[in-house]
Amino acid sequence: MLTFKHGVHPIDKKELSKDKSIKIVKPGKTLVFPMQQHIGAKAKPIVKVSDKVLLGQIIGEADGPFSANVLSTVSGKVVAIENRMTVSGQSVESIVIENDEKDDAITGYGIERDYNSLSNEEIIKIVKDAGIVGLGGACFPTHIKLTPKDPSKIDYVLVNGAECEPYLTSDYRLMIEETESIVKGLECILKLFPNAKGIICVEDNKKDAYEKLTSACSSVSNIETALLKTKYPQGGERQLIYAVTGRKLNVSMLPADVGCLVDNVDTVISIYNAVCKSIPLIRRIMTLSGDAFKETANLNVRLGMNYNEVIDAVSGFKVEPKKMISGGPMMGLPIFSLDMPVSKNSSALLAFEKDSLSNIKQTNCINCGRCVEACPINLLPTRMFKAAKVDNFEEYIKLNGLECIMCGSCSYACPAKLPLTPYFTYMRVATKNYLTNKKEKETKA
Amino acid sequence: MEQNINVQSSPHIRDGITTNLIMLDVIIALLPATIWGILRFGINALIVVVVSIITAIFSETIFNIILKRQNTINDLSCIVTGLILALNMPPNIPIFIPIVGVIFAIVVAKMLFGGLGQNFINPALAGRCFCHISFAAFMNNFTSEMSVDVYTSATPLAILKEGQEINLLDLIFGYIPGTIGEISVVCLLLGAIYLIAKKVIDIKIPITYIVTCIVFIMLFSNKTTNTNYILGELFSGGLIFGAFFMATDYVTAPITPLGKILYGILLGVLTGIFRLYGKTTESISYVILISNLLVPLIESLTIPNAFGREGK
Repeated sequence: MLTFKHGVHPIDKKELSKDKSIKIVKPGKTLVFPMQQHIGAKAKPIVKVSDKVLLGQIIGEADGPFSANVLSTVSGKVVAIENRMTVSGQSVESIVIENDEKDDAITGYGIERDYNSLSNEEIIKIVKDAGIVGLGGACFPTHIKLTPKDPSKIDYVLVNGAECEPYLTSDYRLMIEETESIVKGLECILKLFPNAKGIICVEDNKKDAYEKLTSACSSVSNIETALLKTKYPQGGERQLIYAVTGRKLNVSMLPADVGCLVDNVDTVISIYNAVCKSIPLIRRIMTLSGDAFKETANLNVRLGMNYNEVIDAVSGFKVEPKKMISGGPMMGLPIFSLDMPVSKNSSALLAFEKDSLSNIKQTNCINCGRCVEACPINLLPTRMFKAAKVDNFEEYIKLNGLECIMCGSCSYACPAKLPLTPYFTYMRVATKNYLTNKKEKETKA
Repeated sequence: MEQNINVQSSPHIRDGITTNLIMLDVIIALLPATIWGILRFGINALIVVVVSIITAIFSETIFNIILKRQNTINDLSCIVTGLILALNMPPNIPIFIPIVGVIFAIVVAKMLFGGLGQNFINPALAGRCFCHISFAAFMNNFTSEMSVDVYTSATPLAILKEGQEINLLDLIFGYIPGTIGEISVVCLLLGAIYLIAKKVIDIKIPITYIVTCIVFIMLFSNKTTNTNYILGELFSGGLIFGAFFMATDYVTAPITPLGKILYGILLGVLTGIFRLYGKTTESISYVILISNLLVPLIESLTIPNAFGREGK
């Protein structure tokens, strides 16, 4: 079976929510749309307070080529444009819209289209206008991904259905419930890349989804499926490309450099919805799981909804949670308030009665090398940690520290319970600053 | 609700393994050899083991109290050090020697450098060598007055050095004179298998160490075809104990995969040289200590290429 070297095997916990079919949640009264829900430049608001907006209308325009549109997911009135707290903990310029509950949509919304009748440029423009970004977590603007320097050099389009984070089941539910959309969306992407083969990649803990996809694409000549060994971080872009194609890329390369393109299953469905059904990205599939919930769920939530309203839709908490995570437990963000909007990267909300980390005790590093065994990038996390603690940037660079993908495998495996990954997150920024400063000093001298 | 929420950064889950569980596994792995030693050598051996462990706990506690630090005995590493040092003692040693050795191991070799994980040489071995240098006569006296059997004082390696045949079965099952924990190859291997099965130790270091050592001895001694001699070298003088329990000490061994192999080869070659050309027969401790000092060099030479950076 296909896999990569090293990695870890965290608890699965997908059984808590994997059999809950996706439930549509009605949007609330007030929705908030941060202008930054993607990697790249912030979107620019193009509506004013008291403007009327329609469902699917662009309210924040991509600012420059490396940015993404933000759309209204309801019809109603702009009531404020102000800074609001987002899941990342930052305060971001946001458009606040009061929902009139009519769902009046823009013209052409929901009209069926055949992607074969569209030119490649038209498809990419539709994707851009629809505000689609990578929904696997990184939120890289998808229209940029779809326009590599030389489309003829792309020979693999990989659909990432690994969903290797524990607890998360939203991608799994989509693979079960919207199997056809994934295959059609992939066909649509493959139209842009004439030499590419499409491969839908699924971990072997989701065999039923794999089988369903395999039979759905059996009649399509240039699409196949691949079964991957269940291991974290199999869904990481570099690990996925290596497992399926044997090609390796480092931190300075893009998948296109090795002839690959990787899109999450939900991104592919969003492309299908935008291109073939004229429905832009207005919703997020979220998993609600963890022992603090009365019931777990997989929800279809309008972007911009308040987390509190999302929780009310599943009858709320059993107990006051002591820990909440937006995203998966390995790479997700800890959150301390629910008064935040659902954004494009809100893949899950996990809430726990107890924080499993509150009682762990740190010891000195005993040099056991479990972090080395866990690191999918072949790094020496313990040595990087020692360099990071004293801001030894030169040593950190020599240890290839900048190659770290922040997957958290080393921290997970560490018996001394050292905060390895947080230090590396810090060092990624600090080392880059150090290098910039060093360059400046050298040019001055 | 906002006040009580924990917002530690990701990852939010951790593996169940902890430092003290690892140390506990090492202690469990040493139990067969310890019990065998006590059965063979009687109450004296038991006293040495118990006193060494108690001394280890006390010296670490007192050191932490004096330096106003949080006590670190919960990580169990001091018990491992005390136990390994006890197993390296002859059974009828005057009790003050293990006490002094353990204090040296814990305080000088480990705590003064910052405690667990910070020492650059193996504390138990440092303690053993300290005792060897300071109390050579006692440390090399392997006669046992406590046992029913009467042993000769010559260890198997000394016999081999004189060119005599030794009884391999006695050697493997531990009916030989020697230190408390080193005598039974079977008991030691039981422990080693436990550690490997529980993935506490990596097999790279012990295997390269033992293979290199035996190949070196076969190449450079004039008894290459003498099976009794070669197996005798393999199963005596603490090679098995050293390879599986001391060379694999996390803190003082390289963490790089290639470094582990280089370290094993270095240990093997040095042991071969010491055994064939050296004056002393009990050479493993010195070999491992010398190699400990070269670990930083080995590690810096063997930093692996990052994924996607191979051949650059």
